[in-house]
This record gives sequence, structure tokens and C-alpha cells, in this order.
Amino acid sequence: MLLRLWRDPAWRAVFFQVLLIALVFLGGAWIVNNTLTNLESRGISTGFDFLSQTAGFGINQTLIEYDESFSFMHTFVVGLLNTLLVSSLGVLFATVLGFLMGVARLSSNWLLAKIAAVYIEIFRNIPLLLQIFFWYFAVLGVLPSPRQSISLFDSVFLNVRGVFFPAPVLDSGGMVAFWAFLAAVVIVGVIVLLNRRQRKNTGRPLPWIKTISLAVLLGLPTLSFWLTNGSLHWDFPALKGFNFRGGVGLLPELVALWFALTIYTAAFIAEVVRSGIESVSKGQKEAAAALGLRPGRVMNLVVIPQAMRVIIPPLTNQYLNLIKNSSLATAIGYPDLVNVFAGTTLNQTGQAIEVIAMTMAVYLTISLTVSLLMNMYNRWVALVER
Amino acid sequence: MQREMIEARKPPVLSVGFIGWCREKLFATPTNSLVTVAILYGLFSLIPSFIQWAFVDATWAGASSSECSSEGACWAFISSRLDQFIYGFYPQELSWRVDLFFIQLAAVLAWLMIPVLPGKKYSLAYGLIVMPVTSWIILAGGLLGLEPVDTHDWGGLMVTLVLAMYGMLASLPIGVLLALGRRSEMPVVKTFCTVYIELWRGVPLITVLFMASVMLPLFVPEEIVFDKLVRAMIGIVMFQSAYMAEVVRGGLQAIPKGQQEASDSLGMGYWQSMCLVVLPQAIRLVIPGIVNTFIALFKDTSLVLVIGLFDLLSIVQAGLNDPAWLGTSTEGYLFVGFVFWIFCFGMSRYSQSLENNRQEH
Repeated sequence: MLLRLWRDPAWRAVFFQVLLIALVFLGGAWIVNNTLTNLESRGISTGFDFLSQTAGFGINQTLIEYDESFSFMHTFVVGLLNTLLVSSLGVLFATVLGFLMGVARLSSNWLLAKIAAVYIEIFRNIPLLLQIFFWYFAVLGVLPSPRQSISLFDSVFLNVRGVFFPAPVLDSGGMVAFWAFLAAVVIVGVIVLLNRRQRKNTGRPLPWIKTISLAVLLGLPTLSFWLTNGSLHWDFPALKGFNFRGGVGLLPELVALWFALTIYTAAFIAEVVRSGIESVSKGQKEAAAALGLRPGRVMNLVVIPQAMRVIIPPLTNQYLNLIKNSSLATAIGYPDLVNVFAGTTLNQTGQAIEVIAMTMAVYLTISLTVSLLMNMYNRWVALVER
Repeated sequence: MQREMIEARKPPVLSVGFIGWCREKLFATPTNSLVTVAILYGLFSLIPSFIQWAFVDATWAGASSSECSSEGACWAFISSRLDQFIYGFYPQELSWRVDLFFIQLAAVLAWLMIPVLPGKKYSLAYGLIVMPVTSWIILAGGLLGLEPVDTHDWGGLMVTLVLAMYGMLASLPIGVLLALGRRSEMPVVKTFCTVYIELWRGVPLITVLFMASVMLPLFVPEEIVFDKLVRAMIGIVMFQSAYMAEVVRGGLQAIPKGQQEASDSLGMGYWQSMCLVVLPQAIRLVIPGIVNTFIALFKDTSLVLVIGLFDLLSIVQAGLNDPAWLGTSTEGYLFVGFVFWIFCFGMSRYSQSLENNRQEH
């Protein structure tokens, strides 16, 4: 009887699945039990109560208001924002550099193509952590002290404490101009949409479209700036005591991490772009050239739009890798999520399980959200067969 | 009447040979010429000064950075500590055992990778099953009259290679199992494998290493004490096997369903048809992807620095903090970068040559 059931694949499948569930549950229970005993014997409490406790440590780069008296929940948010800051900087610049290098790799200029190839082969075959260390310790670490800063036009300063830029300061009139600029962007967006519809229906664009857009984009902010009698001045960084005050300062940790992430990921993006462009058949390029398009326009109007379909999925993976790789920040002390939360907070509270679970959940959420968004975009650009 | 063929005229001298090549590849358009000139200028201003710094003015031996010339590179930092960078704190009189490990690894790799050598099946079996055991015995000792060496004393290139080797050897079979599980028709198995794969692929390795180093000891009874190195290995294998699974799954999807059905109709069971028919084809198809995962794994071994293990990068990093060797960080990083680059570039070239071979057939 039992043997007959065993020989029936359907019953065997049920048996294996029940066995797997049982094993997972037993293993899970064993781990939970061990963990509880271990935690008890070490006197560590469980639960998320620690999040409302006072953190008691400062963070040297905060995008929101924060000091020692804030709670661990705030350190979590501060770390998360810092992670997002360096990730978005990295994604932006890696995309630009990666596309440039990918196109250069296929350039008809032999020298340019070889330089791009050498760049790609060097930087994608060296561990990212090493590159971060190189920028942080070997390049930024040997810069002069604030007093001997390298300065550019006396407004941008580079020293061992970081990079300092002048920051624009807007009064109320300036703020109005800023909002007017945003409004102008929206208006131009509407104009572009209208134009697209017009062209789809009649085959002709709206008249004066470029002039009108430009006028709105430039005119509206200028006009409001002038009407409200606004003023704009720059807050220049200046040496006060041992460091610079005023302006916008970027921590050397941020700069090193940003450079390393950009250069490392761009090498991978360049390869993605190259394979995408190579996937567009030669006939497309020849047809475009036969229509009299110049090489630059062939690239922009014919090749790249078709290559994008091939490029987007692996490009998404590279973006996700960059976001995950930004966690290496902890090795040089940039206050990202892993550093301030899975590092300092974990050490202070000892609540390893909760802290690491929260950290992992954040990255998991980002990963799943980005892949969801990119899948949507992918469906949007996918070939629609008539 | 012309009876002889008129001899073909030679192409203009400016469109063939080196000059023609330059005109076509370097100076085709004004913009192109400008780019070429700019790059040449950049190269001529950078390369000679780099050679001057790295070779001509460099100091090759010495006991501290004060003995190095200020103009050139201080390779003395590397040469005086080379033993430490390779063997870590492994007892000096026993370092032959590490050499033996290197030799065994190199021999097995050569046997596997050089196409003309016979007996690939045996080399694979040796590499997958025997080598992990013998390597551990050679390095850790405690058996066969070998003096035991604690893993705390391991370090440098040797730890990098140990982590990479065990990581690769374990993540490949686990990845294959996960890929099979994700394509399984049993919903529970499929869900389990999918969740496992997506979970590890969605988080950074650094958090996995933190988890392995901080949480793993909490998960087991207090009597069981995991070695730090083993914990790092478990973390790396959990993480990379998920990536490996996706690569293998790609290969499995590329195999036509007819292969599986044909082996079913021959009366093969699931494991027989998988191991004898489907997997050999699927894995051969995705060898480049597998090698790419190996390259990522190799580079990722450097992350063990954050949990306090001394791999090649972190032992050089520690050496840079020595007051005797201040200001030699560029040399140190160039050395480490070069070593990693040799391994990774070699692997990627090997996978490219495999791909080219396959396309020729």
C-alpha cells in the first residue's frame, strides 16, 4: 500500500513538500528557541522599544534636523536619507559616464575606443572596496589642511575636510522666482504634450513651439524676480577657525564613495550600453545614413531609442547593485544606513536581530520597488507588434 | 587591339598602409582629429611621468618609508612585507603548507581549464570533492601529524583564495539545486526557493556578512562556536548561491522542453534526466555567466574586512597604519589592485575565449 503511494509521483510530491515544510518549521523553531535562550542568557531584551530611546551620538552629515537627543528612529531615517543621497548622486553620474564610455567604446576613432576599453577592463576588475579606499585614503586623504586649501576662484575650496561650494541664498522674492521656474517647467511640459498630440493627429507640429517654450522657461522666473524686486546672493564658504563655514560642504567620505561608485558602476554600464547598441542591426544605421542623417543624429534618433529596450533591464540591475554597494560606506565611515544603524546603533543597543532585519528590509524594499518601476517602464518601451 | 590585361593601378598611397589606417581610424573628421590630438596630448603628459614615478625613481627595498626617495614610488613597502601579504600571520616555518595549497589549487585549475589535458571528469570530481578536504587538512592541520594552525593566524592572499575557493565550490552546487527548485512543479519547493533567491539578491553582501558574524552565533546553541572565517564563508555562500541560481536558471530555460520529455519517455527519473540530460547542456550554456559570478565573488571576498578578517586588502590596509610606512597608501592600493585585477581579468578572458570557441563550432 505505502509502496504504491510512493510510486505515484503526485503522492510523492505531496510527501516531499510536507517534509520540506516540516523541516523548515523545525529548523525555524530550533533557531528561534536557541536565539531566545541565548538572548536571555546575555540579558538582551527583544522588540522594537529601543527605537524610541535617545540615541546619544551625533552624525556628521544629516539631511534633516538631528542631534544627540533624538531617538534611534531618527538615526534610522538620517542614515536612510544619506544612503539615498549617495545612491542618487552615484546613479546620476554613473549613467552619464557609462553612456559616454559605452558609446566611446564603439567609436570609429581607434584611440578613443581603446581608451574606453582600457577604462572598462581596469575598473570593473578591481574590488569596489579597494577603489573606495584609494579615493578616500590615497587621493582625498593627502589633500592639504583647511588653511592651505586648494581654491578655485576663491569660491570652491578643496582640502582634507572635504569640498566646499558657495550656496545660493534666496530671499522671499527669490523664492517666488524659484516657484515661478517650477511652474514654467510644468507649463512647458503641457505644451510639449499638446504638441505631441497635434503632431500625431495632423502630422505637423504647433507653430513657434521652441520659441514659446524658451520664452516661458526664461521669461516667467525673470519676470517674477523683477516684479517682486527679489535678490539673490551667494553664501561663500570662508575659513573660520580650523574649518570652513558657510556654503555647501561635501564630506570627503561622501566624495570618495561617490567617485568610487560612479567610476566602478559606469564601467559596467558602459558594457551594458555597448551590447545594447551592438544589438541594433547594421541595416538600421545604413538606412538612416541613406536618408542623409549625420552620424550624431543616426545615433540619437535611430540607434539609441532601439538600443534602450535591450539596455533597460541590465541597467536596472546595475542601479540596484550601486544602491546595495553604497553600503560599503561603512568601511570609510560615511554615515549611511549600514554605518549609523547596523553599526553604531547595533553596538549601542545590542539588538542585532531587529536592527539587521530592519536594515535588510530597507534594501529589500528599495530593490523590489525599483525592479517594479523598471518593469513598468520596460513594458512601456517594449515593441508593440501591430 | 589591347590583348593584355591592364595592370590594376595601385591605390593612392594616402589611403593604404599605416597612413591610410591613421586617416581612417584617427583623423576621419575634424572632430575626430581634435579628439585624437587631445588624447595623445593627455597620454604624453601622463605616461612618462607615471613611468618615472613607478619605475625610474622608485625605491625597491628598504625598512621604512623614510628610506624611500620622495620623487618615486616606495615599493619597499610591498617588498619588505610581501611574506605577510601572502601568508598573513601563518607560522613562518610552516608556510610550505600554504605553498602546497597554492600549488594544488593551480594544478587543479590548470587541469580543468587547459582543453588538451585529458580526464576532465576526474579533475572536476577532484576539484569539487577532494580538494576542499585536502586543502583544509593542509592549512588547518591537526590531522596526519600536521601541527594545527588556528584560523586567526591566517591572512593575506591566502585567506582571499581560501574564501574564494570554498565560496565558488559551495555556491555552484547549491545554486544548481536552488535553480532546479525554482523551476519545480511543487508549489512549496518553488516558493521556498524563490523567496530564498529574491531575499539574498535584494540585500547588500555587507549586511549578510554582518548577519553571519553577529546573528549566526545567536541562532545555534551556545556550545557550538563557529569560527569567524567559517561564518564569513557561510555568509558569502548564502549570498552568491542566490546569484548562481539565477544564472543556472537562465541556462535551464534555454534548453528546449523536448529534451526533458525525451528523457522522460526513455524511462528516466527526475534526477536521472536532470543530471544526465538537462543540466550538462544548461551549465555548458551558461559557463560565461558562472565565471562572471565567480569574478563578482572573488572581488566580494574583500568585504570580509568589515567583520575583522585579514584578507589581502585588509592586511595591506593594516600595514599602511604602521607609522614606519606613512605615505605609501598609493603603492599599497596599486599592488592590491594589480593582484585582484590579474585574477579577475584572467577569469573574464577565459570565459570570453570559451564563448568564442562555442560560436566557432
